Parts: sequence; structure tokens; C-alpha cells
Amino acid sequence: MSDDLTALTIKDASRLLRLGTISAADLVAAHVERIERVDPHVKAYLRFTPELWEKQADEADRKIRQGDAPPLAGIPLAVKDVLCVRGVETTAGSQILKGFRPPYTGTAVGRLFEAGAVMLGVTNCDEFAMGSSTENSGYFPTRNPWDLERVPGGSSGGSAAAVAAGEAMIALGTDTGGSIRQPAALCGVVGMKPTYGRVSRYGLIAFASSLDQVGPFARSVDDAAITLALMSGYDPLDATSSDRPGMEVLNNSEGGVKGMRLGVPREYYDVKGIEPGVKAAIDAALFILRREGAEIVDISLPHTDYGLAAYYIIAPAECSSNLARFDGVRYGLSEVDAPNITDEYLQTRRKGFGTEVRRRVMLGTYALSSGYYDAYYLKAQKVRTLIKRDFDDAFKKCDAIVSATSPTVAFPIGAKTQDPLSMYLCDVLTLGGNLAGLPGISVPCGTSEGLPVGLQVLGPQWGESVVLRVARAYEAASEMRAEVASVV
Amino acid sequence: MPLSKDEVRHVAMLARLGLEPGDEDFYADQLSGILEHIDRLQQVDTDDIPPTAQVVEIASRLRDDEPRPSLTQEEALANAPASVDGFFRVPAIQEET
Repeated sequence: MSDDLTALTIKDASRLLRLGTISAADLVAAHVERIERVDPHVKAYLRFTPELWEKQADEADRKIRQGDAPPLAGIPLAVKDVLCVRGVETTAGSQILKGFRPPYTGTAVGRLFEAGAVMLGVTNCDEFAMGSSTENSGYFPTRNPWDLERVPGGSSGGSAAAVAAGEAMIALGTDTGGSIRQPAALCGVVGMKPTYGRVSRYGLIAFASSLDQVGPFARSVDDAAITLALMSGYDPLDATSSDRPGMEVLNNSEGGVKGMRLGVPREYYDVKGIEPGVKAAIDAALFILRREGAEIVDISLPHTDYGLAAYYIIAPAECSSNLARFDGVRYGLSEVDAPNITDEYLQTRRKGFGTEVRRRVMLGTYALSSGYYDAYYLKAQKVRTLIKRDFDDAFKKCDAIVSATSPTVAFPIGAKTQDPLSMYLCDVLTLGGNLAGLPGISVPCGTSEGLPVGLQVLGPQWGESVVLRVARAYEAASEMRAEVASVV
Repeated sequence: MPLSKDEVRHVAMLARLGLEPGDEDFYADQLSGILEHIDRLQQVDTDDIPPTAQVVEIASRLRDDEPRPSLTQEEALANAPASVDGFFRVPAIQEET
């Protein structure tokens, strides 16, 4: 019975809750039992929030009894360790924030709480969301529930693994270069990155502010869609949040792909390093979409080869600025007894930051430093314009873009840790969407060598409904469901 | 363009990152490898291309300039590694005269 409760979707769980067949407390208990059994192997969570889940489940059960249950009443939620929750230790996967308890709750999480979600805990991630495998966590690596010797992807690997292993029904992640879509693909779940500005970034510990977006993980497109809709919309606390109504993401998001034009960028289809099994899975998906009435259109994104280079100037430049705040004075780790303020900074940041964070802070500092700004940062911003124009041109020829999410399936733990560039290449098919601010989703699309493959759908800015429509149509026609990994 | 050990030292100091023995060689090597890839940007003709800093067209707007509640002093200091008399404590930046 309890395993059945940890494999439900929001729709099915909500029906059982409203019928009174189960309570929110039952749902939490089933998840806690599942976590106790599988998380020692998967290690998706950094910490748990029993005070919150007890209070929130009680509240959900009370509202359900009264007949005014909000849309996510009783739904178990996991939250990536970069989203502040009042009073709950939030560390961005970093030792430098160990012990930090935010005095406020971020908007995206707060809105899901208002919608009745029940928070189970905080999920592991690469330090400051920098990485594609969750191996850069300052605490421990998370493992892929489908093969414990492999990575779950990253940086939101804990959230993806939690949903894939039945340790949460939905989870929140953040996506700066692919950090929701890539782990969703590698763990065989649905993960969605919204248009830049769709979801408030208030309460998100910033990595690269012009790229970061918060989004959901779920086991169905429906669940991802409703979760996204509920946390979207204008927030006076984030000047870059759009005033478009959040619920618009659901408008016309059903109805199939008949007559839609789906673009396949040849630079993505034949990207260097794509595994034959991944390509075969994408071919099968294109066959299904064509069978459903979509027209598959050959398109080109001519600046694809420069995307990674532009991204690895812009993201590190922004992170070097954002991470300047970790100075050991106001929060987190501190060497406050150093002999002078400069030594205090140097020692705090040496002890607190891991290798990848230091690498990116140095790269960004270099790109912004006197004499190099024009050659690197300004140049990268101009190339960003060209990449955005590539997508603008592409969307004149198609309604949405489809490709693999990741060129490879989940790789063995340790396989890419010695060569940073090989790790960065994990995001080669996703980071264009961040540079151009586009909405994108990854949905399960079969397996290769027994491991999940993800199909990415990208839409024009504010085109979440188009993305969801394609994803729903594919999910229904392919009968690919995000299943729960048995783990043990 | 390869990064020298001196440049690594310089950049680390700018970023206030303390280095450990061996770090200069390690980061000079790794950052040089990444910059070698990044140098392909120089192949792109961007003469008439404006830079993009903000990718979505959202008009800046200001909130009304009205007082509103904020964190209390206690809340603001709750995570402070060291505080004294309601202030954050840091090492002295000036010598006593």
C-alpha cells in the first residue's frame, strides 16, 4: 500500500485525498517510510523538515475536511537547497553557508505552501548550482535511482532523484544552463524550466542572475504544468518577474500536435558526442510526433558551436559578482578571528568554497578584470544576441523545437570530475534556452542501455503552453510514463 | 590564451580567494584549458551586434516609496558569525591612534 502511495501523480493523490480514502498524514507517512528505505542508497536529501510536514499535513487534512482544499493540498514536495525557507537550514550545497537559516521564505516555495504542498525536506545539489552531476555538492554526491553507480545529473540532482525514487511527488529545482532539464532526463522524470521572468527569483540564492529560473520536477506533464502555474506570476520582490498571469501557462496546453510545426535543429540532432542510443530514442519520438500529425521541420541554429563559450563567460562573470557576498560577516562560515579583514575574506572563502565554485569565480573575475572585459564579457554578450536571434529566426519556421535533452545517458560517478570541459558539455543542448530566456521541458523518452533518455521541447519566450502541449501530446501518444525506480 | 601562475594569483586576490599550495598550477592549467575553448568566440564577427544583458523585455518599475516592515535587528543578526551591540563584528580596518 505505502509504495502505491509514493508512485501517485497529483491528480490521483488529490482524488484519494478528497474522497477521504487517504489523508495527507498517510501520504507523508508513506513517503517517510519510502525515504527511510531508499534514501540511504540514493542520498537525494540533505536534510528533512518534520516540523513543517507535520504542520502542513495537519493543515491540509483540516482544509480537505472543510471542503476548501487548495490545489496541492497534501502533496509531498522536496525543495532544492538553493531556495530559502524560513527557519530551515539552506546552504546552496556549500560549506560556506552551513548553518544558515533564512529569515524569510522565497516566493516560489511560499506560493506552493499556500497551495497546500507539504515540504518533506531539502534536496542535494551541486554547490551553488554549479555542475551537471551533483558531485560538486559540498556534502556528498547523490546517486541515480536507476543505477546507483551513476550520477543523477545536476545541478538539481537531488530533486530529480527524489521524484524518480518515489521520495517526493514533486520537487523544485533551478535551471541556469540545464540544471532542471538535464537531471530530469538522466533520472527519467519530467522537469521544466520556464521563460526567464515567469517565476520570481526572490529567495533563490543567486548563481547567474540573468539566467537563473526556478521550475518543477514531476512524474507527469500535468503535474509539472500545475506546479509551474501555481508558482508563476508577478512578484513585487523580483524586478525581473513578469506581470503575465501565472495560469496562462495552462491555456491551450492540451489538444495535441496535429498541424503543429516542430523544428529539429540539425546542430542539436547531430551534436558532437551524442550517443547512438540517445539518437535512436529521439528518432522514435519524432516518429510518434509525426504520426500524431505534427510536421517535422529541419531548422538551423547556426551559432550553437559558440553557445558553451558564451555561457562560460556570462555565467561565471555573474557568479563572481553574486558570490562576493559570502564574506563571512553576515552569515555562514567565518574566519572572523583572522588578524585583518583581508585575511578574514581569504581564509573564509578558501575554506568555504569547493573546487568548481573557485574555478568559476576565478574565471568570471578574470573575464571582468581590467583589460579583458571587452575581449571576453562584452564579446560573450554580443554572441548571446546572435544566439537569441538564431532562436527568433527558428521560431518563424516552427512552433516549438525538439531535441535530446542530454547527448548522453547518466554517466558513472567520477567519469567527468577531472576534466571540467567534459562536464560543461553535458549542457550543450540546454544552455541555449537559458541564454535566450526560453521555456523548455524534458520528458521521459525511452531508454538507452537501460537508462532513461529525455526529450527536450523548447518554445518561444512566454510559450510555456506550446511546450506543454507538445510534451503532453508526446506523453499520451508514446505511453512513456515517468516510473518510480525500485532502488532496493 | 594560457593563464600564467602570476595571473592566477592576481585573479584569486581580486576575488579574495585564498590559495593553498599547488592551487596556482592546478588552476592555471584548468583555466587555460577552458579559456582555450572560449577563445573560439573571437572567430565570430560581432562588429554591428549590440550586447544582450537582459534577455526578456520587462520594463523596470519602481514600487511606491512607502515605509513597510522589514527584518528586525534581531532577525538580521541571527545568522551573524559574530555580532556586538547590534552590529556585525569584523576585524578592525583601521589601527587605533
